[in-house]
Amino acid sequence: MKPLHIGKNNRYLKPDLLLLELLTILLFLLFMFPFIMVVLNSAKTSREIIFNAIALPTSWKQLGVNVGLIFSNPTVDYMGAFIDSIVITVLSLLVISIFSSMAAWILVRNKTLWSTILFMAFVSAMVIPFQVLMYPLVRWMRVIGEFLNFRLLGTVGGIVFAYLGFGSPLSIFIFHGFIKNIPLEIEESATIDGCPKSTIFFRIVFPLLQPIMITVLILNGIWIWNDYLLPLLVLGSNGRVQTIPIAVTAFAGAYLKQWDLILTSTLIAMLPIIVLYIFAQRYIIKGMVEGSIK
Amino acid sequence: MQELSGERTPMKKNSAVNIVFLAPCVLTFIMIIIIPFFFGLYYSVTDWNGVSDDVAFVGLKNFRGLASSPDFIYSFLITIAYTLINIVFINIVSFILSLIVTSKIRRRNFYRSGFFVPYLIGGIVLGYIWQFILNNILVKIGTTYSIAFLETSFLSMPNTVIWTMAVVNTWQYAGYIMLIFVAAIQSIPSSLMEAANVDGANYFHRVIHILIPMMANAFTISIFLTLTTSFKQFDMNMTLTNGGPATRFMDAPVKASQLLAMNIFNTATANRMAEAQAKAVVLFIALLIVSLIQVSVNKKKEVEM
Repeated sequence: MKPLHIGKNNRYLKPDLLLLELLTILLFLLFMFPFIMVVLNSAKTSREIIFNAIALPTSWKQLGVNVGLIFSNPTVDYMGAFIDSIVITVLSLLVISIFSSMAAWILVRNKTLWSTILFMAFVSAMVIPFQVLMYPLVRWMRVIGEFLNFRLLGTVGGIVFAYLGFGSPLSIFIFHGFIKNIPLEIEESATIDGCPKSTIFFRIVFPLLQPIMITVLILNGIWIWNDYLLPLLVLGSNGRVQTIPIAVTAFAGAYLKQWDLILTSTLIAMLPIIVLYIFAQRYIIKGMVEGSIK
Repeated sequence: MQELSGERTPMKKNSAVNIVFLAPCVLTFIMIIIIPFFFGLYYSVTDWNGVSDDVAFVGLKNFRGLASSPDFIYSFLITIAYTLINIVFINIVSFILSLIVTSKIRRRNFYRSGFFVPYLIGGIVLGYIWQFILNNILVKIGTTYSIAFLETSFLSMPNTVIWTMAVVNTWQYAGYIMLIFVAAIQSIPSSLMEAANVDGANYFHRVIHILIPMMANAFTISIFLTLTTSFKQFDMNMTLTNGGPATRFMDAPVKASQLLAMNIFNTATANRMAEAQAKAVVLFIALLIVSLIQVSVNKKKEVEM
């Protein structure tokens, strides 16, 4: 990444640059302060936190003890929620990325009135706030569940179905913009060679989507992992299937002001996404920028 | 759905494939968004209680109720105030951050990555974290070192709580908006800055007369993003303040930090479903107006270009 040279010649700016660097370090510490406090206090007992929340922990072993307490808690099945969250996120990403790219491809390559109407419908639906849909949705999912004799509420299948519905409009929009710029010639020559349409998509188009696929996966992945209201409504706050955000609120609700447990549970909730960020930083930053500007 | 096959394309024989490819997204879209949406609009003009199938049409009764409900008017006004504060805070902080990470300082990419981290954390989790910081850490610092204004939590006072939520929200979103600004700064031809440099313009002149005007588009994106996310804010509101503390408005007790989305949630939790639905429709209309303004602003810009 090429820095923009706003400054004058380097040597004139040296003292300014040093001052800026100092200010940046302070600002950076201020930004990291909440995380530092979470880590420090996750390694304390409840009593230690009440006694002195700003002190360093007396023994880091307590962090392991607290993590153990979280995973072996009798009222909140944190491990189960952790696994369910991973399963729900992965399955939702799978169906969103495959089905949205398929739909976007047809919408780009078939220039009919219908495809324009459909595309406009997907795009305009993004304005609808979740609050308008959420309660009718729960009722409606119960109705179709009863009708099809297939439980949608409280199941992984039901929530993945809902995530496909909420995630596909933006994903179709992003894929649409990308596919428009793929030259048609590649697909046309395959058509002449007698390649069936589905093969053209999965063998030729789909691999070409890789750069934008990362954007779609990141945007949806961060949203689904952190989402609270949809899982709360579809899965319920003490259903069989849970997600991490629901488990964290369960800890806070069951152990009022017991910050050792609450903070440790938030630490574990943040960990997977932070670890992913450390390794895939470049892609995540690129994906976020592309997702926002489109 | 026959029209989907298209007349003008060479692939028209494959209409079956078209339908198969579109079906998963279109069907889920209808089931998850379109049908609940129309039910949602319909329920707002009924006496729906969330359980019974017997719903009676009541006209605009629910909406008339909102117009005289201190609790709703307060939430609406406080949400607008919160949104405006966020727009100011986030744009200023993000702009400063974007200048820092595009300057010549060492480890600028490391700082850029760091400032973005809060955005990755969900509203539920960061709400608890900040509740701890504000109620425990800052108060502890205040009492330990006798700093008077820190001794009471900012979350416990009706006149500071909204500002505090905006600070937390800025902490979360600034790194994200920073990335948008950085992209805008990097797309400015460096020759432009160098020319101004030769002409003797100092740093602040260059920022104000070249950088900011060239970033107009990024500011528009950031304002609309902040507008829509602040208006729909729920998760952090719930775990940070849960609406509290109590205060009074129009001679009625209200929750000082209960934003619109939380008001809707609490109304529904109290089993006043039709009323919650009417509130949600008001939120929808507000967001619709914002989006229409955004579209017209973008159109206008395209014409100017």
